[in-house]
Amino acid sequence: MRRLAAWVLGGCAVLAAAAPWIAPNDPVSLFADRAFAPPMAWHLRDAEGWHAPFVYRQQLTDRISRTYVEDRQQRVPLRWFSAGRVVAIDPGAGPLLWCGADALGRDLCARLLHGARLSLGVALLGACGALLLGAILGAAAGAAGGRFDTVVMTVADFVLVLPIVYLVIVLRATRPLVIDTAEVFVMMSILFAIAAWPDVARGVRAIVATERTRDYAEAARAAGAGPVRLIGHLVPAAYGFLRVELVLLMPALLVAESTLSFVGFGFDGASPSWGGLLKDSETLTAMYSAPWLLLPAVALFVVVLALQALSGAGATISPGVRRASAVDIAAPRR
Amino acid sequence: MNLALAIRRVIAALLLVITVSAAAFVLARLAPGDETTSDFIAGVDPATIARKRERLGLDRPFAVQLATYVWGILRLDLGESARFERPVASLVAERGANTARLAFAALLLATVLGLPLGVLTGAHARWWGSRLIAVMSIAVLACPPLVAALGLLYLAVSTGWLSAAPGHLFVPALALGLPVAASLERLQSQATRDAMAAPDLLAAAARGIPPRRLVWVHAARQSLRPVLGVYGIVIGSLFSGSLAVEFVTSWPGLGRLMYDAVRAGDVRLVAGCVFAGGVCLAVGNLVADGLRAWADPRVRETA
Repeated sequence: MRRLAAWVLGGCAVLAAAAPWIAPNDPVSLFADRAFAPPMAWHLRDAEGWHAPFVYRQQLTDRISRTYVEDRQQRVPLRWFSAGRVVAIDPGAGPLLWCGADALGRDLCARLLHGARLSLGVALLGACGALLLGAILGAAAGAAGGRFDTVVMTVADFVLVLPIVYLVIVLRATRPLVIDTAEVFVMMSILFAIAAWPDVARGVRAIVATERTRDYAEAARAAGAGPVRLIGHLVPAAYGFLRVELVLLMPALLVAESTLSFVGFGFDGASPSWGGLLKDSETLTAMYSAPWLLLPAVALFVVVLALQALSGAGATISPGVRRASAVDIAAPRR
Repeated sequence: MNLALAIRRVIAALLLVITVSAAAFVLARLAPGDETTSDFIAGVDPATIARKRERLGLDRPFAVQLATYVWGILRLDLGESARFERPVASLVAERGANTARLAFAALLLATVLGLPLGVLTGAHARWWGSRLIAVMSIAVLACPPLVAALGLLYLAVSTGWLSAAPGHLFVPALALGLPVAASLERLQSQATRDAMAAPDLLAAAARGIPPRRLVWVHAARQSLRPVLGVYGIVIGSLFSGSLAVEFVTSWPGLGRLMYDAVRAGDVRLVAGCVFAGGVCLAVGNLVADGLRAWADPRVRETA
């Protein structure tokens, strides 16, 4: 399970990183005759027999009901590693749409891949920021103890009970409506880091506070280690916790980002993240006539599921090691 | 529950809500433009705009505005919304009640569905049904409210089994409640299993207490504590999750109001929404803490 999840996540990361080469089209180019075009299918054989993978050209038959048919007369062979893309077709045969097109005739596959960069990137950066902030503050609080400890933990408790989503929206609103994608990226990551550090800080503080009383810490102190150096010795004890926390934070931040973008306070407009893409699928008519617009939701589901499997949340499908349980005595197995 | 402690918690919650609302007021003021920007763009004549600014107190220094606002909160007067031209308090109370209704329905659904299933799967870990439920739980757990709401809506559109009509409580409550039900089921399952393996339960079983009573009374009571512990977190997540659900299912809750307020640059309404959100969250947390203290005597002294 875990290995599969790691492979899925690694695959997503590669797809996102290599998006410009893997996506068959540009995410912002509009294909005039392809509004709500359905996904294209791979074909391997036709009436003449087997062939290398090919597609059929899509043709718009009715502009009002947006009906498309495959032009079965001519095979369009896939061209591998040409024109700077992993896979492409002859431009004369129209765009290659693996996941269909949106209302403006933009390639959903390309938009999904480019959106993955934003969605996964913000979640990762925000989680790393939260870990860094939480580890520093938590370690300092745990090592110092006393008044500093009380102040940091009080602030952490305070942040934990804030109506975070609303505050993030308010903070987002302090900037103009249309801002640069890069700026949104940085801002969102910082906001997520600020919102998520308290959990990390609590855990690190608890670990550091117990480690501080152990012999090796005493030895380091006796050898003349200053407070900073001492923290350097204590923090590695929390590495395991930080690793787990990273995997736990990622799905939460991914969901937070997609919700904010969906609502319109994140990445939307020309270069949306997965949440921003889902905005197009929201209307009932779009859902009915172009269900492929829900693919970003599927992508979210898969990534969150993989992250949860990796973190071991609910990893108890199989009973695993057998322990004596009251059930065995009360109801012996038949 | 310890009365002094309870009072201290309530006072802390009140302070929190007031601080957060004031902070939201300040932050929303930092945003470019104000309540009259749209009028200005629409070409409303300057005298009217000046009157509106005066009525909203925009002509006074910011420190005075903030002080007036905080003084207003203390008397539960949240000012007037520029966008809806109504008192913020009544507007926010109305929408906040909707959000609270949705969250409560979701919580009820999650509890009624998740806890019994969790006891069942925890007590009979080797039954095929438990494994099926566990797999379903894990799948549902990976559906954040946004995905769950869109999925349910798609189900409603493509099969006609559910009503997708706006104003219907069922779909939004299901979208919000199902992931929570799944996490409660997993938690209760683990807690039940741990309780069943505890020495006292083994002893009780050895004395011949019937299995049904063992599971549903003895183990259930012991597993109550870890499960009640997460209710505070659950309430927080319901609250943030309801934003997405409200948008997808057109539920007239606080989230949508907040969106309108931010887009209109309606500072008092923005702060009012944050106030209402803070109150809902604080009440939820207090109730969760109370429940925890009731279930676990140790919490009463230390929290």
